[in-house]
Amino acid sequence: MSSNSQYEKYKSDGSLLGALLEWVDVRFPATALWRSQVGEYYAPKNFNFWYFFGSLALMVLVMQIVTGIFLVMHYKPDGSLDANGIRVAFASINYIMYDVPWGWLIRYMHSTGASAFFIVVYLHMFRGILYGSYRKPRELVWVLGVLIFLCLMAEAFMGYLLPWGQMSFWGAQVIINLFSAIPLVGEPLSVWIRGDVNIGDATLNRFFSFHVIAVPLVLLGLVAAHLIALHEVGSNNPDGVEIGKHTNEKGIPLDGIPFHPYYTVKDIVGVVVFLALFSIVVFFVPEGGGYFLEYNNFFQADPMKTPPHIAPVWYFTPFYSMLRAMVWNFFWVEAKFWGVVAMGAGVVILAFLPWLDRAPAKSIRYRGPIFKTLLAIFVFGFLILGFLGTKVPGYKIFGVSWLDGDIIAQIFTVYYFLFFLTMPLWSKIDKCKPVPERVTWK
Amino acid sequence: MSDNGKLDCGRRRLIFATATVGGAGAVAAAVPFVSSMLPSERAKAAGAPVEVDISRLESGQMMIVEWQGKPVWIVRRTPAMLETLAQVTGEISDPESKASQQPDYCKNQQRSYEKRPEVLVMIGICTHLGCSPSAKFKAGAEEGMTADWKGGFLCPCHGSTFDFAGRVFKAKPAPTNLPIPPHRYLSEQRILIGEHPTEA
Repeated sequence: MSSNSQYEKYKSDGSLLGALLEWVDVRFPATALWRSQVGEYYAPKNFNFWYFFGSLALMVLVMQIVTGIFLVMHYKPDGSLDANGIRVAFASINYIMYDVPWGWLIRYMHSTGASAFFIVVYLHMFRGILYGSYRKPRELVWVLGVLIFLCLMAEAFMGYLLPWGQMSFWGAQVIINLFSAIPLVGEPLSVWIRGDVNIGDATLNRFFSFHVIAVPLVLLGLVAAHLIALHEVGSNNPDGVEIGKHTNEKGIPLDGIPFHPYYTVKDIVGVVVFLALFSIVVFFVPEGGGYFLEYNNFFQADPMKTPPHIAPVWYFTPFYSMLRAMVWNFFWVEAKFWGVVAMGAGVVILAFLPWLDRAPAKSIRYRGPIFKTLLAIFVFGFLILGFLGTKVPGYKIFGVSWLDGDIIAQIFTVYYFLFFLTMPLWSKIDKCKPVPERVTWK
Repeated sequence: MSDNGKLDCGRRRLIFATATVGGAGAVAAAVPFVSSMLPSERAKAAGAPVEVDISRLESGQMMIVEWQGKPVWIVRRTPAMLETLAQVTGEISDPESKASQQPDYCKNQQRSYEKRPEVLVMIGICTHLGCSPSAKFKAGAEEGMTADWKGGFLCPCHGSTFDFAGRVFKAKPAPTNLPIPPHRYLSEQRILIGEHPTEA
């Protein structure tokens, strides 16, 4: 599928457009690219609801880039005070919201788009776990996906500093100070990241540079690699069987259908539904109840005063809970370093999933009760970690004293890591059902 | 590999040498870019000492001034506030400020000049992750603290609590007490933050 030579060059039918395409095709693998990646990319015919989120993620990426381009036309990454005593960056956001024609819409699309991106990507990743999409031969697709997730976190974090509000400032203060916990190099490293001993104009400008140039470039490269790798090995499906095993005389999978037009059309349905839901949020609840845009970020950055309650935006809170759960000093290194390690490891451990899972079946449809039970607890725990990350330390669930948020977060943090680390043991002994030869299809 | 399938050691050595020189060049070229992200000369020059007049600061009150971009608190502590310091010493993780950052002339229980025990000059940045703690001066549960709270500061980010000398309580995330900046008295009511005393 990858080699261009197996596709015939386009032959003109005599029309002007046909002649142009023929001319291009001699000089550029247009036909080969189209056929290998779209028109003759055979995807399993049994895709379900969960398979919308990959294409949706791509669409949100495009939306973020387009809205971002227009925001940069009006935004000013400047931490100094203007003539009215307002910080220039903060004032330029208000300028976009109130004075730029349709600026509010573009800004809300971008800020809501960030949350939408994470919703879509979390569901996309969960699909991978449900159907074992990370298993051989798709390990690299998965690893590239984890790298995309990491890039996305960096992108979101740096973007959140730009409005130069209270949460922008203090959120960045906390996260950059995390690096200072690294033994020996931590302090100089955090100064290097900030470009100053404190978060200031230097930090704002470099975050702007990373947010609009460096990280998006890396992100686009990784997305391209993710897709190229996927199209090399072929898509997994809800049955977790390889459709390439059963092909017709032309080598086309019996259970495969061309991506275009079948899945392009299906994905458009997903896009329409997504955009309907997205529009409701953008037009009616753009702040997402304080979860998409935190209320304290409507106050400008004040380096003298931390807001009474600071928490990251919702998509970081599960990992933020893991950070806070580490309160013990190990090996003479202070607890906050281990908090950083836990937070980083929480993301990185995902990349090892293809080698931790030893089950004979890929898809949850044919996997045993151990996996189903442990995964259900895992999802529940992850959601609880996310919920607790939005709350103050010492939070009691339902106000009940023995439902101590800090201890529950510690329990689920330990569970999160044990789920992965013990997977080689329990996934092997789990009683899987026989996997069918072909995809199931009604 | 050469054409006859044997390893061409001469070429291998050349590839190795070229890659080494090229790699060294790439590292050297990265130096200016990486260094450009360090604090600039202008950023380093900022942070001159700040002169503060405390004559209008009443007993039991706190004021915040900016020094080197950081909040510096000046608290004129009441005798009752100072009395709590000895009472809580047992619950403090570093009561004698051995691991904490302060000038020698403030390395004592009240963490201020011996001659001016009531005036606390302290950097209001939590040693955990850099949030600025809030004043919780009232004893008891009135300001959302526990009933046995004797007054001090609470970091809103991760819940570290500090007494009236900025000493962190045990089993809290902040590793050390709040730092005391260098400062000296220009007169009875004027403090210069950022410079050590000239005599001493």
